[in-house]
Amino acid sequence: MKILVCISKAPDTTSKIAFTSGNTSFDENGVQYIVNPYDEWYALVRALELKETLGGNVTIITVGNAVDESIMRKALAIGADDAVRIDAEPKDAYFTAMQIAAFAKNQSFDLVLVGKETINYNGSQVGGMIAEALELPFVSLASKLDVAGDVITLEREIAGGVQVVEVSTPAVISCAKGMAEQRIPNMRGIMAARTRQLTVVPAVEIQELTSYVLYDLPVAKSACKMISPDNMDELVQLLHNEAKVI
Amino acid sequence: MTLVYIHSENGLSKAAKEVVTYAKKLGDGVSVITNGNTAADVLTQLGEYGASSVMVDRSVSIEDHQQLLDLVVFAAEKTGATTIIFSHDLTAKAIAPRLSVRLNAGLVSGATDVPNESNAIRVNVFSGKAFGFVKVNSAKRIISLLPNSIQPEITGSACGVEEINSGAATGRIKLITTKKPEGEIPLPEAELVVSAGRGLKGPENWGMVEDLAKSLGAATACSRPVADIGWRPHHEHVGQTGVAIRPNLYIAAGISGAIQHLAGVNGSKVIVVINTDQEAPFFKAADYGVIGDAFEVLPKLTEAIRKFKAGQN
Ligand SMILES: Cc1cc2nc3c(=O)[nH]c(=O)nc-3n(C[C@H](O)[C@H](O)[C@H](O)COP(=O)(O)OP(=O)(O)OC[C@H]3O[C@@H](n4cnc5c(N)ncnc54)[C@H](O)[C@@H]3O)c2cc1C
Repeated sequence: MKILVCISKAPDTTSKIAFTSGNTSFDENGVQYIVNPYDEWYALVRALELKETLGGNVTIITVGNAVDESIMRKALAIGADDAVRIDAEPKDAYFTAMQIAAFAKNQSFDLVLVGKETINYNGSQVGGMIAEALELPFVSLASKLDVAGDVITLEREIAGGVQVVEVSTPAVISCAKGMAEQRIPNMRGIMAARTRQLTVVPAVEIQELTSYVLYDLPVAKSACKMISPDNMDELVQLLHNEAKVI
Repeated sequence: MTLVYIHSENGLSKAAKEVVTYAKKLGDGVSVITNGNTAADVLTQLGEYGASSVMVDRSVSIEDHQQLLDLVVFAAEKTGATTIIFSHDLTAKAIAPRLSVRLNAGLVSGATDVPNESNAIRVNVFSGKAFGFVKVNSAKRIISLLPNSIQPEITGSACGVEEINSGAATGRIKLITTKKPEGEIPLPEAELVVSAGRGLKGPENWGMVEDLAKSLGAATACSRPVADIGWRPHHEHVGQTGVAIRPNLYIAAGISGAIQHLAGVNGSKVIVVINTDQEAPFFKAADYGVIGDAFEVLPKLTEAIRKFKAGQN
């Protein structure tokens, strides 16, 4: 089983979110980057589990700059066999997906896994776009993934329920909670990953379809109104008359 | 022309009315493509929200995303639409990215407003901790609208409904079974949500949470550790690594308000926090706070809601 796992960097979940240059770019000052949790906890770990039971190889790929190599080493430390970086700033989801599709096109991967979404842009776009470019089936938001021969069985969330589906390899799958459990890399893995060769591939020419032109922060809430636990009628009245939500 | 895809199973959802209202605000004519079982004399009401025509292909299944994609492509070609609108739900997440590549149309996921004066569209980024404004560079565009971002508005009158057969072929994904929990309100669409965390001590205590939710007609949610230890199902987990929601009212009991939890709920219009610890960080993000034991406060609040509802009837 030959598996490609797409990983993205994301700011650590406790990062202070701020913007610079007249609110046109994310302020990276003091921000620690991690592997996007959905990519790491679910897509990568499930890929490694499949490799452990079925044999094969797990390649991780990211579109990014040389500074992003720390997340590639983290993925290697957890257990990936190979790491590829497409050397470009990931301008938008379309640009990123087209770069990955161009790389994957002639490599006959059985499975291409992506995380459900990134925790910074939350677009949930890259997986479906790769699938369309490669003309492969796309199963979105899968919470379970098993493989027997060339048949993949998945559980996924759909509008108002859970669906069990089957699809033949090759396919693109976006991975959500439930698929696997987070793995902490051990010291040996971390040490070995430090010196591993990373593959760097030049980007192909792609025009992005969207651009972020401005950012903004939500206005801070005004002080919280305290209500006595013995006066729930007052809370109900406030929700009805003041907040007008019930 | 603006094309709107809606899913219309068993009538018109609020989300369907929202997307048609949104499309109307963009200024062009609005065509709707749909595939549910909803009768034509109900679909015609979409005209009141701004649709000038509705096409329905009853042979296309909501569960076959590949067939659905082909249906939307068919309708986009037929109407010559340059903007295509979805509600930002699980169906849109499955098909809008493919459509973007197929039509070479920039995709704006999770829009929370109509385009501003410089034609940029506001979306939530950093899991709700900030807003971004996105511009589409291509001639065609796709926008998926975050549920509960705008209110449906009646501006017109009934429109024509055409039964069509797009000939969309079935996809390569084979459906084995579908499990649909009966009667539950899907969390992302819920306007009222009651949520609880580790402060509830164990799954056996969730009856209080469900009672309050029932009295309000609310959906239930939980913090991540509660889903991780299996007290509640995974789909109830809200936050940065769970579902992001923006209901009108979010009631949180026994949840500390960690930054990752807040990320998924801080788009809520009104937040009520119930916690024994007056230092709990959640109070800083709340509109109304109750310092008290959830085991006492939740039943009292349920009682007060029931009394209020009874008084209204
Ligand atoms: C990468 C990452 C991603 C994460 N993503 C998420 C996410 O998406 N969603 C999420 O929720 N968390 C997430 N977390 C976890 C988050 O940091 C917190 O640990 C979690 O939200 C805490 O859950 P809790 O509030 O239920 O539990 P606790 O932090 O244990 O808080 C329990 C609260 O209950 C109160 N309490 C106790 N007894 C009572 C009582 N009888 N009545 C009333 N109040 C009581 C306590 O005062 C306390 O405030 C993430 C963490 C990381 C590192």
